[in-house]
Amino acid sequence: MTIFEKLAEIIAEKVDCDVSEIKPETKFDSLGIDSLDITEIVMSVEDEFGIEIEVSSDLVCVSDLVNKIEELTN
Amino acid sequence: MKRVAVTGMGAITPIGNTVNEYKQALVEGKCGIDTITAFDVSGSKYTLAAEVKDFDPVQRLDKQVARRTDRFVQFALCAAQEAWEQSGLEGNIDPEQLGVYVGSGIGGFNTFCNEYEAMLSGGPRKVSPLFIPKMISNIAAGNIAIRFGAKGPNMSHATACATSSTSIGEAYRAIKHGYAQAMFCGGSEAAITPLAVAGFGNCMALSPASDKNAASLPFDKRRGGFIMGEGAAVLILEEYEHAVARGANILAEIVGYGSTCDAHHVTAPDPEGTQVARAIKQALDGNETDASKIYINAHGTGTPLNDKTETAAIKLAFGDDAKKLHISSTKSMTGHLLGAAGAAEAIAAIMAVSEGVIAPTINLLEPDEECDLDYTPNKALHTDIELALSTSLGFGGHNACLAFCAVK
Repeated sequence: MTIFEKLAEIIAEKVDCDVSEIKPETKFDSLGIDSLDITEIVMSVEDEFGIEIEVSSDLVCVSDLVNKIEELTN
Repeated sequence: MKRVAVTGMGAITPIGNTVNEYKQALVEGKCGIDTITAFDVSGSKYTLAAEVKDFDPVQRLDKQVARRTDRFVQFALCAAQEAWEQSGLEGNIDPEQLGVYVGSGIGGFNTFCNEYEAMLSGGPRKVSPLFIPKMISNIAAGNIAIRFGAKGPNMSHATACATSSTSIGEAYRAIKHGYAQAMFCGGSEAAITPLAVAGFGNCMALSPASDKNAASLPFDKRRGGFIMGEGAAVLILEEYEHAVARGANILAEIVGYGSTCDAHHVTAPDPEGTQVARAIKQALDGNETDASKIYINAHGTGTPLNDKTETAAIKLAFGDDAKKLHISSTKSMTGHLLGAAGAAEAIAAIMAVSEGVIAPTINLLEPDEECDLDYTPNKALHTDIELALSTSLGFGGHNACLAFCAVK
């Protein structure tokens, strides 16, 4: 499973939507995800990938978070 | 000064999850008390509570809202929704004239406990970003405002077990003095948690009974403390002329509010009951009528001290006429809804004036010489009531009393 696929799964579970709705270019706010939810998603990501991510306002779409995870896991 | 009408009611209670279910259960004398299911009670001296049953937030709320809110907010939102629908205010009120005074005695107790555990086990990074906005006691009022676009006065009063009577009384004043045309008001509580039960238990407030029909015993000689309940109740108060102009169904009129403090002790009521009596007199001011036509929904917690103090206070307020009053404590059925108690009981008071039926004090079998008034034991009473009062007393010495009458 790719990082994107894993992340899409985490997001879909969090906001209770279909995983197919989530694309790399999907903006978090289009899924009704606000900064509080992003922080919760980041907490799940940290557990999943064993990394620590600083939450910041530049996490706008799903690919932004995928890139961060890739940076930290490489 | 403006007159103030009640045009909507909503309730989630241990004996019914809508106002109609709740009122029917009140009249039938249904007991909502049972063994606690929220957590394992083995090892606890206190095993009973009056829990809300069959409540699925996802069925009644937007899924995302349900996920991001504590149980006390979920109760409040559902009660507010029911009241809103009944009021018919949708599209008929200026949002800036619509306010919210919905409080909670405690707030998101369970969220608090869970997040503290998360921190102890995983460190500060494991604490949910939703912890604070789920837990703070004003957040029910905040969420109701968001849901219904209410941009008028918004506050969360915290007067412990008097919270929702205070909220309704203050909302009444806000409309009476022209600060809003309609208000959501009431309270919500969801504190049946191991820590809250231990805390209330250790301050000698809870009944250790294990028989659910001999546990919440207001005004009965056998009483030994209250039984924790949970739920929410919300009224919509509306400026009377505004309600009449739009042809609203007016359920009752709120005509009085008293607010005093014992200034005596943090948990125990002043045994003299002078400040409870003064709150009653404030609510009664200008509304005096034949005592045999008055119903008092008493705070009646079933603690040894509360019920005799309240009896003394009612006697102080009414003198010899106290014997003629109709009184009851619906906590015998619902347990003690803490910050939601006053609003749930306001609905019982409104039922008395609007439908002429007084909910009973169930399981009242052994009279106490210090509680010697008419507490409507065991069976509902159908009789014409002109004025209904509801009293609430909270830790901290807060006393509140509301007065309702049918619209003439």
